Amino acid sequence: MSEVRIAVYVCHCGTNIADKVDVAGVREFARRLPGVEVARDYQYMCADPGQELLRSDIRERGINRVVVASCSPRMHEATFRQVLESAGLNGYLFEMANIREHCSWVTEESELATHKARALVAAAVKRVRFHAPLEERYVEVNQKALVVGGGIAGIEAALKIARAGKKVWLVERGPSIGGKMAGLDKTFPTLDCSACILTPKMVEAAQHPKITLLSYSEVEGVDGYVGNFQVTVRRKARYVREEDCTGCGTCYQKCPKKVPSEFDGGLSHRKAIYVPFPQAVPNVPVIDRSNCIRFQTGRCGACEKFCPRDAVDFEQEDEFLTLEVGAVIVATGYETFQPQEAPQWGWGRYENVLTARQLERLVNASGPTGGKVLLRRDGEFTDEVPKSVAVLHCIGSRDENYYPYCSRLCCMASLKLAHLIREKTGAQVYSFYIDIRSAGKGYEEFYTRVQAEGIQFIRGKGAEVLERDGQLYVHAEDTLLGAYREVPVDMVVLSTAVTPAPGAERVAQIFGIQRGQDGFFLESHPKLEPLKTATEGIYIVGCCQGPKDIPDSVAQGAGGAAEVLSLLTAGRVQISPVVAEIDAEACSGCKVCVPLCPYSAIKYDEERGACGVNEALCKGCGTCVASCPSGALSCRHFTDEQIYAQIEEVSSL
Amino acid sequence: MTESFEPRIVGFLCNWCSYAGADLAGVSRLKYPANLRIIRVMCSGRVEPSFILKAFRDGADGVLVAGCHPGDCHYMEGNYKTMRRWVMIEGILEDFGVEKGRFRLAWVSASEGDRFAALVREMVEDVRRLGPFRLPEGTPDQATLAVAAGGGGSGA
Repeated sequence: MSEVRIAVYVCHCGTNIADKVDVAGVREFARRLPGVEVARDYQYMCADPGQELLRSDIRERGINRVVVASCSPRMHEATFRQVLESAGLNGYLFEMANIREHCSWVTEESELATHKARALVAAAVKRVRFHAPLEERYVEVNQKALVVGGGIAGIEAALKIARAGKKVWLVERGPSIGGKMAGLDKTFPTLDCSACILTPKMVEAAQHPKITLLSYSEVEGVDGYVGNFQVTVRRKARYVREEDCTGCGTCYQKCPKKVPSEFDGGLSHRKAIYVPFPQAVPNVPVIDRSNCIRFQTGRCGACEKFCPRDAVDFEQEDEFLTLEVGAVIVATGYETFQPQEAPQWGWGRYENVLTARQLERLVNASGPTGGKVLLRRDGEFTDEVPKSVAVLHCIGSRDENYYPYCSRLCCMASLKLAHLIREKTGAQVYSFYIDIRSAGKGYEEFYTRVQAEGIQFIRGKGAEVLERDGQLYVHAEDTLLGAYREVPVDMVVLSTAVTPAPGAERVAQIFGIQRGQDGFFLESHPKLEPLKTATEGIYIVGCCQGPKDIPDSVAQGAGGAAEVLSLLTAGRVQISPVVAEIDAEACSGCKVCVPLCPYSAIKYDEERGACGVNEALCKGCGTCVASCPSGALSCRHFTDEQIYAQIEEVSSL
Repeated sequence: MTESFEPRIVGFLCNWCSYAGADLAGVSRLKYPANLRIIRVMCSGRVEPSFILKAFRDGADGVLVAGCHPGDCHYMEGNYKTMRRWVMIEGILEDFGVEKGRFRLAWVSASEGDRFAALVREMVEDVRRLGPFRLPEGTPDQATLAVAAGGGGSGA
């Protein structure tokens, strides 16, 4: 090894570090460490002049190792590596000391923070001596993409990618694409008809020559890495051959078995063979096995008998496909809070207490009442229109007993429903709210409009719904009057919280996505990388990442497509050179490491009597390295001597 | 043990969950004692028993190893390997006379900044109570330690 000449830069980060850490003191401390040629402190190392300092020291002072003590390497390690490269030095001859996130920002006392910063800098300086130049690897990027979830965000993403000429598979768990938006009547604040703006996109997604729609399918597993994923998809048996079905509907007209419709929130019935809603795409029915008489008893078979195309096939089985794709967009959406978990609001006990999603179906022309808001008696809709309706905001949201976060879209959705109910029935509508959150283009204006329409706003969360002598009462503390109120109404609408979709945990595990404390998928940076995940090549869009309204979901879908297209168009992708390697001379061939590798990257070579690492498969976790009893395995950039160097300094200072 | 005893705790944190969780604690400006010094590893599965022994030998009073929650490992199952190995590590540390409470294995996700800060506070208190760590009489030198730890690796 040629003589090590280290440069150390202590960043002020404005006042973020310098307010707590004595940066000049740390600089002087660093100057005296072995091997250090240059030590400086500077306002912002990541800014142009800071980078230039580094470049000129490399060129003029013969620096061959660099330490920057600043923020988290998860923030700027890549930035500084590029600076080194631009000055002709390998980017891996660099180490960061995290004296912001792990030091100045979390420490009360200056003296202790400064002491800690010294220890972290000393560790980085000692470690960087052992750094070796590493060459970045590149792999080809497969030019196809996968979108998981056929709601509006996923549809938008798939269309954008397809329009750029790239092949896309769109996988949807349910029998139809369209997602939650398909169940809405009008959309706020413009009151556009939801189906009118959504269905053309659904149809385009199904017909686009570059999109293959796999509905009623689920992803079972993912292998590979950015640019080269192998995805296993289960095509669940529909018991109807898609290629033969014309969507005539004879089968579900003839089917004798009625089942509560999930799409209509249980307010109407579907058959055991069904399409979830009239505009479903694909317009191909599916048999719900658990409710089908033929499957349960062996008799019936009416659908098969009457199908003019012989498309019904009771023998159909699940199929498995393996898709090879370069990138994946996960758009698996959300669910709403199930109010049976909270009996105080009366849902499930009182038949005129509905969720907002149920009310969307009532006001919709294709819904169970043909678009009329009607009261129910004994499980059936009557002709009677409610004279008074209460809309309760924040049911399950902003509530530490259920979900602490704001579900963000329900204030506006509640205002929209209040407007629609008023318009359709002329009823007195009460809106029970904590705060109205109307941040969005045209949202506040819509709120003002609804206020002017005579909706009564009561500032207080609906605490309880009770029925007395056939009359519903909403109980709430009116915080503006400072009075407890009991408001009699004919109908109650619960604006329930947006929650992670059922199965989100499994989706997260399959794709290597992390989840936040609220259960939604975690983006890799909350501000600057809202669509990326911890796994390169896997992106998240729409409500799977957190509650958002339609415009935001669409924007994210398009953004996800841009992420995918920039990856695909680049054609090749950099793969980290941080991988394990085996010294075949030292390897005893014990094979302890082989089963430890989750990627099957280690193979035993009979001829050499030693194991070898397949670098294309290795992801550099280092688990095998820690297990090797003969010390033959090592991990590039995380070698024993590099980590030992850090341990020595942080343990003794 | 004196009033001013400030323990030195070495933390081995996985890059994807726990290191990110520690970053989040910072971004959220949550305060915790300055006694923890973090060393980043890509996966908790990279942590060799010798790392922990070496830390204690070189002057640490406590060692924290933190990784992704079970089921959430970025490398699918590295943390399970750590969990399995930890049983052995505990045995070795006890044999070397390191009291329980000086070493800890924890799961911290990238979104658990507050949990991480609480964990550090708790651990610093534990170690502070135990006082400075002193190597037992006749502690073998580093080379012997490495052999005891399985030639640098855990063999599992």
